[in-house]
Amino acid sequence: MSYVSLTINGIKITVPKGTTVLDAAGQAGVFIPTFCHDPEIARFGACRMCVVEIPGMRNLPASCVTDATEGMEVNTESPAVVEARKTILELILANHPQDCLTCEKNGDCRLQDYAFRYGVKESGFTGERKEYPLDDSNPYIIRDANKCILCGRCVRTCNAIPERSVIDFGYRGFNTKIVTAMDTPLGESECVYCGRCVTVCPVGALTWKPLAGKGRVWEIDRQEVTCTFCDSGCTFEVLSKNGTNIGVIPKAPGHGRPLCLKGRLGLELKFLDHPPDPQLKKDGAFVGVSWGEALGLEDILSKLDKDK
Amino acid sequence: MASCNCGHQNDDEKQKEFGDLLAKYKGVKGALIPVLQEAQEIFGYLPAETMKQISQSQGIPFSKTFGVATFYSQFHLKPRGRNIIRMCQGTACHVRGAAKVFDAVSTNLGVAKNETTEDRRYTLETVACLGACGLAPVMMVNSDTHGRLSPDSAVKMVKNYE
Amino acid sequence: MQTLLDKCCDKCTHEPKNPCRDFIKCRKEGPICHDDESCRQKRKDIINGIHLPEGTDKKNILICAGTGCTSSGSRKLVDVLKEELQKHNLQDKVKITMTGCHGFCEQGPLMIVEPDKTFYVRVQDSDVPEIVEQNLIAGQVVERLLYKDLATGESCKTYETVPFYARQQRLVLHNCGHINPEEVAEYIANDGYTGFARALLNMTPEEVVDEVKKSGLRGRGGAGFPTGMKWGFVRQAEGDKKYAVCNADEGDPGAFMDRSVLEGDPHAVLEGMMICGYAVGADEGYIYVRAEYPLAIERLKIAIAQAEQYGILGDNILGSGFNFHLKIKAGAGAFVCGEETALLTSIEGNRGMPRVRPPFPAQSGLWGKPTNLNNVETYANVPHILRQGGDWYATLGTEKSKGTKIFALTGKVNNTGLVEVPMGMSLRDIIFTIGGGIQDGKKYKAVQIGGPSGGCIPEENLDLPVDYDSLTAAGAMMGSGGLVVMDETTCMVDVARFFLTFTQSESCGKCTPCREGTKRMLEILTRICDGEGRMEDIDTLERLGRVVKNTALCGLGQTCPNPILSTLRYFKNEYLAHIQDKRCPAGVCPNLLTYVIDPEKCKGCGKCAKGCPAGAITGEKKQPHTIDTTKCIKCGACILGCKFEAIYKA
Repeated sequence: MSYVSLTINGIKITVPKGTTVLDAAGQAGVFIPTFCHDPEIARFGACRMCVVEIPGMRNLPASCVTDATEGMEVNTESPAVVEARKTILELILANHPQDCLTCEKNGDCRLQDYAFRYGVKESGFTGERKEYPLDDSNPYIIRDANKCILCGRCVRTCNAIPERSVIDFGYRGFNTKIVTAMDTPLGESECVYCGRCVTVCPVGALTWKPLAGKGRVWEIDRQEVTCTFCDSGCTFEVLSKNGTNIGVIPKAPGHGRPLCLKGRLGLELKFLDHPPDPQLKKDGAFVGVSWGEALGLEDILSKLDKDK
Repeated sequence: MASCNCGHQNDDEKQKEFGDLLAKYKGVKGALIPVLQEAQEIFGYLPAETMKQISQSQGIPFSKTFGVATFYSQFHLKPRGRNIIRMCQGTACHVRGAAKVFDAVSTNLGVAKNETTEDRRYTLETVACLGACGLAPVMMVNSDTHGRLSPDSAVKMVKNYE
Repeated sequence: MQTLLDKCCDKCTHEPKNPCRDFIKCRKEGPICHDDESCRQKRKDIINGIHLPEGTDKKNILICAGTGCTSSGSRKLVDVLKEELQKHNLQDKVKITMTGCHGFCEQGPLMIVEPDKTFYVRVQDSDVPEIVEQNLIAGQVVERLLYKDLATGESCKTYETVPFYARQQRLVLHNCGHINPEEVAEYIANDGYTGFARALLNMTPEEVVDEVKKSGLRGRGGAGFPTGMKWGFVRQAEGDKKYAVCNADEGDPGAFMDRSVLEGDPHAVLEGMMICGYAVGADEGYIYVRAEYPLAIERLKIAIAQAEQYGILGDNILGSGFNFHLKIKAGAGAFVCGEETALLTSIEGNRGMPRVRPPFPAQSGLWGKPTNLNNVETYANVPHILRQGGDWYATLGTEKSKGTKIFALTGKVNNTGLVEVPMGMSLRDIIFTIGGGIQDGKKYKAVQIGGPSGGCIPEENLDLPVDYDSLTAAGAMMGSGGLVVMDETTCMVDVARFFLTFTQSESCGKCTPCREGTKRMLEILTRICDGEGRMEDIDTLERLGRVVKNTALCGLGQTCPNPILSTLRYFKNEYLAHIQDKRCPAGVCPNLLTYVIDPEKCKGCGKCAKGCPAGAITGEKKQPHTIDTTKCIKCGACILGCKFEAIYKA
């Protein structure tokens, strides 16, 4: 493998050829903020938060999609870069609710973190904002399109499983929105509520309905568990507050396999003292079902019943 | 190829034509946009069921088909009028008074941009530039281009279309 | 009817399945494979029918069937003319040719009588009998239909003497308006496909790339990247499959040069693409045409079908072993698809959102394969380079910008239309000599060049030689070549707002700066035009413009602040007048105007009061009237109606 040497904020570093400037910076211990970047999914280069200054290059390139080259000199916090990041944050804030006090993501939100980092208190821009109704049409996921910053991570992670692909970008320009087919509420779509999208959302646009109001990020402890309902080995997190388990959320899919609702519900049953009643969609509406039905164990359970 | 949306063709014929269309593009790489275009020619717009069938036939997620259909301004998800008026908003038209021509037609028909009259006779749209700048201000009604318009002459011209 | 391309006799064996190497040359100069005087004569006769030889008593009437002239009624003209010729039994002596755009759309419908080059403008149906009787029969030019020179008032007998044409150098537009674009034989009679034949039969692909490099041709679609260098990258890129793609998604408001080339000379684009295919190693090509150009799509379809029919396009072309197939993709209404990566994404059947570069299309383009992308005008230049050589081409234009450039000259200029000039001509020459100066004797203010990606050039830069680099230095860009002339009655803030309205509504929405930034810039400009601007707005616009330019994902996003930045650079005083004085110096922004009746001029006829939809005008009969500014809705109806020019905006 061949290597290239570059300097980032004066720090010399050697990385394998083909490494992005963003990853090289990470290796040099230099932080670059990102919204749309996700090492697990295809590169996108849309949020432009990770722009850096590189002498000799036109404009400010996005570090997540720029390969490091020999002799490159990167400045990740030059005045032009800081101005650009502040302005981008202001632009996002101008079209984003400022209800952080009651937002489920408070304390676990990249927009908050970066606004803090760059001292952006409020947006200087006034004007039209998007106003979409809240989508809580299903028992599992709450979608607030007003908080969406269109980074597309949910779309890309959902589309990683071709037979799912229930959401995509819809409309255009300022009206761009993450949509289901025909822009229906999620509850009316083909979504299976695996929750990959919620896990990757960097802001408060996608949150867990069963956890709504149950606790602040800093009050919650997380324990990683591996699902054993099949042999894929997807990982989940069991969330607990004051020693009580309050919920289970997906963390990462197992190799080559999607996460599934069944696995997550099964883990809820396993780890929670008071698991919420499972609900499944029947004839287009969600109805409460038995645990046996939710986990697809009805046959076995009925046999066990017989044996008694 | 039948391209009218005037209602003369019955639904069975349309469905048959649509079936042929799906068959024609089955397995053709990158055919989603032409299929949507030709389906719209058959039905006059893109009904949800049509897009769903296209998705299945093309092996494309329905959400993606919807995303593509809403990205391009040429696609319409609602029924449109028999006559499509497209007023040019290009630079040359703008500096030669296109806004007044638009207002006159809009007021006369009682519809705003992208709206259809109740009798489905007209749909009023705007278009970025028709490329007939020498004749500014310009509009297209269906596939006819009309140039050197004044607010009055545009209104009169529109009335020629039943 | 036998055309030039059909077999002359049974000895000719050329057909697509059994191609003859010398097919193109043979048709013009042949037959080559056999010596037969009658076959030779047949070809001569056909060519003479296309190019009337000197001393002939035949006539060829060229009628423009471009979009402009068609909408002015040129198709009907053809029917009337046919009828009239029949009536006088002239149908064998006079040929009618429907051509592509002549470029002088303002004066359409246009008619040329060959071989005399007589040039008639604004020809109506009712003029046809007179043209037939007086010109075709009696041999007298119909004086009243000739174009009159604006400066001298004299009639121009031939198109060559019309100032609009006299200073042009029509290379790419050479055939436009002079041949029937729906007849490949006419293209071949005009040296068509000889450049391709030369490349294919006598040169290696590398030599073709070198020839284009030598010519100095740069992309005509926007940034001006050297075409030969791009071809070289695609040639060198590794891959078993490559594509040649033509960007015909001409979407800049005020630009229609590509449309005219496609409508008037589609084979030139095909030939350019085929040369490219051979040079870079592509066997498949796509032409992405915007859906708003139905006539261009139709002509391209005909051109491709004819080229295939005669074996110019297809497999084993001219027996060389080279295969090339062309497909048309119709756009679906998204300006952003003019951006190269968005265009490729759209051909693949997706939302036309630009992709990040690198990788560049030359490495990974359509379906991940190496792809060469040029626009219509660029491809249409290529046949000339292969016919006459790169060295010859490099003698045209300036040191760093070679060849000619087509501009769409529009706005407040007397002669609007398409003009093709050598690179380096001054804007002053284009606007005042070719364009005939400003309409109604008004004062020139600026010209917007390069559409929504470009900028404004004020009076002091009028002598700028037009080439890629000097325009960029002046804060504008060549873009696709739209030239919109503005006069003293054009408000530059309104112009900036106009372009931002366009880019805002055409933003694809992928990257944050363009999606959100264009919205906010437009809102600020609207506020300023409405008289609600604040002093800090200027700084905010400058900052937003700078950030969007620096950080947007694609070329369109990066250039969309240009109309704001360049008007701020040259016309800041107009912004200040709007913000500080609440005044629009050009008298355009309605919220900043009041309508006033001049008591000296008003005769008290009462017409304005009757026509006022808001009932804002009152006055005694035969006494000067007045306008109540609180009621006035500034619709302008009173000004249009006043016969005494007594009402003005202040």
